[in-house]
Amino acid sequence: MIINGVTIDATFAEAFPMKATRAIITAQNEKWAIISAQAMTGFATSVIACGCEAGIERVLSPDETPDGRPGVSIMIFAMGGKGLAKQLETRAGQCVLTSPTSALFAGIDSDIKIPLGKNLRYFGDGFQIAKVLAGKRYWRIPVMDGEFLTEATTGQVNAVGGGNFLVLAESQPQALAACEAAIEEMRKIPNVIMPFPGGVVRSGSKVGSKYKALNASTNDAFCPTLKGATKSDLSPEIESVMEIVIDGLTKEDIDKAMRVGIQAVCNLGAANGIKRISAGNYGGKLGPFHFHLQEIMA
Amino acid sequence: MSALTFTLKTRPAQRVDMSPLVCQHLQGMEPAEIAAIELQSGKCKLRVDELFNISGSDTQTIVIKNSFEKLDFIGKDLDGGSIMVEGDAGAYLAMGIKSGDIKVSGNAGLYAGCEMKKGYLEIAGNTGDFLGGALPGNKMGMKGGLILVKGNAGERVGDHLRRGTILIEGNAGDYCGSRMTAGTIAVMGQTGRYLGYAMRRGTLLLWNPPTLSTSFNDCGTHTLAFLPMLFKAFAALNSRFADSAVAFNRVQRYAGDMAEMGRGEVLVRR
Repeated sequence: MIINGVTIDATFAEAFPMKATRAIITAQNEKWAIISAQAMTGFATSVIACGCEAGIERVLSPDETPDGRPGVSIMIFAMGGKGLAKQLETRAGQCVLTSPTSALFAGIDSDIKIPLGKNLRYFGDGFQIAKVLAGKRYWRIPVMDGEFLTEATTGQVNAVGGGNFLVLAESQPQALAACEAAIEEMRKIPNVIMPFPGGVVRSGSKVGSKYKALNASTNDAFCPTLKGATKSDLSPEIESVMEIVIDGLTKEDIDKAMRVGIQAVCNLGAANGIKRISAGNYGGKLGPFHFHLQEIMA
Repeated sequence: MSALTFTLKTRPAQRVDMSPLVCQHLQGMEPAEIAAIELQSGKCKLRVDELFNISGSDTQTIVIKNSFEKLDFIGKDLDGGSIMVEGDAGAYLAMGIKSGDIKVSGNAGLYAGCEMKKGYLEIAGNTGDFLGGALPGNKMGMKGGLILVKGNAGERVGDHLRRGTILIEGNAGDYCGSRMTAGTIAVMGQTGRYLGYAMRRGTLLLWNPPTLSTSFNDCGTHTLAFLPMLFKAFAALNSRFADSAVAFNRVQRYAGDMAEMGRGEVLVRR
């Protein structure tokens, strides 16, 4: 398949089941809501070493938030419910509770509840106050700038993590420009995050390493400087490869995000140095979710 | 299916225990069976059809017409469905209700909504003492749900209140919020003496400055983020509390009762 001179490989991305949650951070203004959200979703690019994958889903207007202030919707993904709950709580405690004027609310409903402010309340040292408003439990925790208002719990849902595609270009600036265009479009899709810095990862990995201590290492087949030194997947004109990883609530959400992302890359086309779109997989043996590029773009 | 309607024929001399006439007890009963239910009145038992004309068949929607202040225990332990009282209600209205809603077009007596667990109680007129309170000797009053009083409330509103919300559009008598352990009481009108007497936790939200005991300490003026959400939760009510013009988020905060735990608060509109 070729779109605007860009070859779409007959391959697929392989993704895994994950557990996910969503929270809404509000603040006095959008600037401080974003600062708090960035702190909460920082160091959360990959479950390999961060414990979770997290990102800002979108910025919310005051009429979309529970307390009528500007806000940000963030999502966190982890391999299991226990890990997710731990990450959510420590991040909320260190990054949102501490952030000036912030408040924290549940962003998703589910039968399975995980603590949001339920345990952070103990920071109040006995001065915390519970309020049940419209059937939901909140905690008011006295802090130095006033009160930190937080909902007690949020929902935990089944989700999909690890959807991806690779952008193969003639130069590094061209690969980055294409990825930036893709991310801009993909951020408009609800229920997904792209957890890497700016949504783009330049150090895609393969499973395993020559070093016993490591379980992942550089994806040498897609490293342009190793074209003559390893079994490369790259043709001579490819000088740079970048990857976009997508976590979403459902397979359909990731499908949509991949479609608009790949389309944005293809819109730049071969004229802008974009040669191929590929994807990372493990032969289909590890992850139950397969995203076939050509089917998605059909 | 029209509402099951009990229209009072004559006012009995003695008080009447109306507790058998709740939705969950009447569900699936034939009209003749309902008519044969005996209600305690003083030391006598009276059949329902001796006291009331009965019409309609929807046992989940009950209407009591020509009600007066001697009909006690209306809606006791109600667990789903609705009861509309046209006229006044006696003591122990909506005592211990678990779910459902009860509306009274007139006044209610003592202990309305006492030990209520969940659900909704609306009183268009005034109500007596111990609204949402605990029965004598008990340590826990209302544990959940919402009570709306459009008129005035008597003394000891929310005595031993554990959880839930009491909204009073008019005035509240002495000892409002006494011994409460949590929950919220909001009073738009005036409050009496000994406000929040021995309260441990919970919130008293006031539109007018109260006379506070010396065991309440001033914590200063604050803008509280939870207040807009609290008022938003009242937006669907048929009440002045739903009017955004009466909402506020700037308050004078007093902590107390320092003679007790001191974790309660009185918030007064600024």
